Amino acid sequence: MATAARNTDCLHARSSDALLICEHCDTVYRRRPLARGEVARCVRCGAELDRHRALSVNALLALILTAMIVFLQANIWPIFTLGLSGQFSATTLWGMIVTMWEQGAQVVAVLAAATLFFFPMTKMLVMGWLLWFARMGRRAPGFAPLMVALHRIGPWTMSEVFVLGALVAIVKAHTYFEVVADPGIYAYGALTLLITIFAGVDMRQLWEQTPEPKP
Amino acid sequence: MSTLPRAVDLGLIGCRMCGLVCRNVAGNMQLDGDGVDDAMACPRCGSTLRRRKTNSYARTWALLIAGFILYIPANVLPIMRTASLNDVDDNTIISGVVELWTNGSADLAIIVFLASIVVPMLKFLSLGMLLVTSQRGSDWARLQRARLYRLVEFIGYWSMLDVFVVALLTALVRFNVLSRVEPLPGVIFFGLTVVLTMLASMSFDPRLIWDGRNTDD
Repeated sequence: MATAARNTDCLHARSSDALLICEHCDTVYRRRPLARGEVARCVRCGAELDRHRALSVNALLALILTAMIVFLQANIWPIFTLGLSGQFSATTLWGMIVTMWEQGAQVVAVLAAATLFFFPMTKMLVMGWLLWFARMGRRAPGFAPLMVALHRIGPWTMSEVFVLGALVAIVKAHTYFEVVADPGIYAYGALTLLITIFAGVDMRQLWEQTPEPKP
Repeated sequence: MSTLPRAVDLGLIGCRMCGLVCRNVAGNMQLDGDGVDDAMACPRCGSTLRRRKTNSYARTWALLIAGFILYIPANVLPIMRTASLNDVDDNTIISGVVELWTNGSADLAIIVFLASIVVPMLKFLSLGMLLVTSQRGSDWARLQRARLYRLVEFIGYWSMLDVFVVALLTALVRFNVLSRVEPLPGVIFFGLTVVLTMLASMSFDPRLIWDGRNTDD
């Protein structure tokens, strides 16, 4: 990394004239402040470059804490119950993962555990950690590696797909069984709503919003 | 269009992890697409700086072809078995869609059909087309191709839908001899197909669409 520092030269020092490169086509732009609701799009390829940050660090932290509580509920409460001639059967997310493992579909169990539990949980904990310190105007311990990790796990959280999957499963089961919706499915519904809000948030704003540590 | 400056022409590199714009001092100015500048790390986040994703064409082709190979057993083999007192029924992805349709849930049948059949096929065809046209340096419909790539990237993970449906039904339909659901190998192949196609679309570098003939790949 010492050689790296010699080879590259940071152009970012003064954020007022910071540059912006379109990740989809490599076009270079000068960053400018955006008004409320404004989205900057690349003239060449139409990709989104930047958008107005409507949510403050405090608001994001509040949302993350909400999401954590809802996520906990979504994981410990059963999702829905099936009934067949007096017998009932319910499952939680982890019940589902364990059953898939026992039934010989370990690949599916691992995929579900990762995309529905470990990645979403890591994402929320890391975001909460980073935002908590950002709120106090500084960078959290481990800021850079955690920001990179957050960016990497971004596409691998699938809670919203699971919600749609639960709906499909309910409809399929409804033909043969009694179906009772349990609290878990509502928690998942609320979680999907929160995820939708977060979809428009680029956490990379924290690079600009927190001061660089003095070397 | 030619008046829009590109980072590669200005000797700039944007960090793909944190977005920092860096000046590329050393190294040659030719497009490489194979991570020639491995020695350079982003001064802000420490990630390796690359003008283009490493070996984008080779990696995307490999992942896409692997995904397509697994997609065949995913469709041919049954994904789950429903067993009741007097009946054992193996379901494939298509038969699951048909069942939803005939049971009167046409809307959900369409959603599952889109997620399990249309989205994976769209990914194979689109990424294949993007790879071929970009490797040829084609300037045909660049804007539309760029949009297509973003669509593929955005919808890709919804294909996991059917995998979660099978997992949920397996966990819930456990009424001993009366009624049971078991996962069958098709669902494993399908899950792996989704992961591989997601990795394929991540390995493709959409900037290659705009690079034109001066690439050496």
